Amino acid sequence: MSGMQVQEKKTVTLGSLWRDKKSRGVIMQIIAVIGIMLFLGNIFSNTVENLDRLGVKVGFDFLTEPANYDINQTLIEYDSSDSHFRAGLVGLLNTLLVAGCGIIVATFLGFTAGVLRLSNNFVLSRLMQVYVEITRNVPVLLQILLWHGIIIHSLPVPKKAEAIMDVVFATNRGVFLPQPIPQEGFGWVWIALLIAIVFAVLFKRYANKVQEQTGKLIPAVWIGAAAVIGLPTIVFLLAGAPIEMSYPALKGFNFKGGFVIKPEFMALWFALSLYTGAFIAEIVRAGIQSVNHGQTEAAHALGIRPNFTMRLVVIPQALRVIIPPLISQYLNLTKNSSLAIAIGYMDLVATIGGISLNQTGRALERMAIVLGVYLFISLFISALMNIYNKRVALVSR
Amino acid sequence: MKKLLPIAVSLAALTAMNVSASTLEDVQARGVLKCGVSTGLAGFAAPNDSGQWEGLDVDLCRAVAAAVLGDSEKVEYVPLTSKVRFEVLKSGEIDVLSRVTTWTFTRDASLGLNFAGVNYYDGQGFMVPAALGVTSAKGLDGASICIQTGTTTELNAAEYFKLNGMTYEPVPVETSAEGRQNYIAGRCDVYTTDASALAAQRSVFEDPTAHIVLPEIISKEPLGPVVRHGDDQWLDIVKWSHNAMLNAEELNINSKNLDERAANAKDPAAQGLLGSNEAKLGAMLGLDKQWAYNIIKQVGNYSESFERNVGKSTALKLERGLNALWTNGGIQYAPPLK
Repeated sequence: MSGMQVQEKKTVTLGSLWRDKKSRGVIMQIIAVIGIMLFLGNIFSNTVENLDRLGVKVGFDFLTEPANYDINQTLIEYDSSDSHFRAGLVGLLNTLLVAGCGIIVATFLGFTAGVLRLSNNFVLSRLMQVYVEITRNVPVLLQILLWHGIIIHSLPVPKKAEAIMDVVFATNRGVFLPQPIPQEGFGWVWIALLIAIVFAVLFKRYANKVQEQTGKLIPAVWIGAAAVIGLPTIVFLLAGAPIEMSYPALKGFNFKGGFVIKPEFMALWFALSLYTGAFIAEIVRAGIQSVNHGQTEAAHALGIRPNFTMRLVVIPQALRVIIPPLISQYLNLTKNSSLAIAIGYMDLVATIGGISLNQTGRALERMAIVLGVYLFISLFISALMNIYNKRVALVSR
Repeated sequence: MKKLLPIAVSLAALTAMNVSASTLEDVQARGVLKCGVSTGLAGFAAPNDSGQWEGLDVDLCRAVAAAVLGDSEKVEYVPLTSKVRFEVLKSGEIDVLSRVTTWTFTRDASLGLNFAGVNYYDGQGFMVPAALGVTSAKGLDGASICIQTGTTTELNAAEYFKLNGMTYEPVPVETSAEGRQNYIAGRCDVYTTDASALAAQRSVFEDPTAHIVLPEIISKEPLGPVVRHGDDQWLDIVKWSHNAMLNAEELNINSKNLDERAANAKDPAAQGLLGSNEAKLGAMLGLDKQWAYNIIKQVGNYSESFERNVGKSTALKLERGLNALWTNGGIQYAPPLK
């Protein structure tokens, strides 16, 4: 051992290190890392120096100061005397709301359009092709502006709005719906719902077991659905229907009461869902086509009905191809929601990165917050989807 | 992300480059003044039919260019949204910001910027369609209000409605064009911004008479040019370019009579301003003798600029009001040229 060390000492010179392929690689990497660190350090120190010379303070203390502005769509209590931090939180929730609703609708649209595009029905498949090609090839910002324009120009102002079924009003300031307000005793309904869901899950497991052992099919999905809907309804009626409806009514300039979906939200939601839905449709189509036709033929030869062939043979295999690019689409939709600012939807960028920024001028800190939050949301979605991907991925046996 | 790009670019500039100490030297070496203006606000800064920028704010840029470069046309106009304006100025991409910017304590004290005077005294007002039948801002409880985001306007509206115990739905808009579209479509009942900007917006409506500006003015909005901290000479130049126009009006010197006044040896005040006697006012600013002469010759005095851009003969039809000289009952008051 000691002899070897002596030998190594003799041979190791700078030249020999450089000639050795492995050590040269390490040296190059170290140089690259040092170079990047120096570059970032230079940027950082330059920034601090420039800001210091301009007399600008750096810090996050502004977050606790009152925001002093109002926001029109708030999922949590908010008042203009609340802090910039809370205003940012309102914005973040608005971002999550539109991203969540967008992902749900885009997925539904995408899967429908993707499957229908492969349908043997000529009109249906062409129709889906037209949808995909048009929405996919127009910038999403223009689509958002277009939807917003359509909504505010085509729907009537509140004073001219006519009721749909006496209680719903579609105006260019939003769609006003009656809102159920839970009264005392409504908690039992939530408990009933929870019990029903647990029952449905357990029953489905039991049904699967029965099917594995005896081959007997139990319509567990239908029974589960009936339980989830039926049990809370029965409890609701037993509790004496503890709910009060708040109906929208025109008072002065606007409708008061009820529940409102703002035109800015609708425009953003529609545009993002349609745009991302088109991409998802293509991903789904590619996924289905990637499954060898022999699989379908084999399933048919075994006498499996086309409906079951799709659900039990084709889709599970297609999902392996679909899920990874689907993650990217979800992330894109979430990030594209920052285009909200173009139509005045008060999302994260419009609150903490917009109005608050202008009131306090701390651009660097605010952009850092916004970037950090988007990064966190994206990584979170990625992580969730990767867990799902692991479940559907090909397991080598 | 489109709107974030200018911020990102200026942040990149802020991080990468060291802004030179003397703006005057930079501008003279470059041969052109970079002036940040509105993205299009009639009467203050907007391109005319032939693509030339015009307006009260534009005239201030032209005055500085005339003083520094001797030619009021040597200006590069950089249209900026309200949100990016300060970052762009701080990063050194523009030399002066002349963009209906309200002088407030926070902006002056915490942004590393200096305000170089007030070229228009404004206040926030409300515009409503005449058909709405509203005659006072107190009758706006429950209304939807279009507000340009990233401005003091939002704070004033929030404060006013809170103080008067009224509710409203804020409809934030990014540009004045977007605000017009929302307002005309009826997305909002009320349009609120500075009274001068309301007049500017109204002047481009199909039927300006169908809209009225309510009598309440809910805020003080002194609008003026802004420069970076740390270059006092440049601050003085911008400040006195504006003051020269005011003093010229007070001395009754305009673009038509200035040669005659400059030649009149019995008129020392005019000769001092126009650089035709021994007074070396220009040299004290680091400029040549003709600095103010060039401003008045090429841009005019404050009254000429006001009447040409926003006055009675224009579509905006604004009164001088607060912006009259102190000698005429207004508050425009320039320190003496002594």
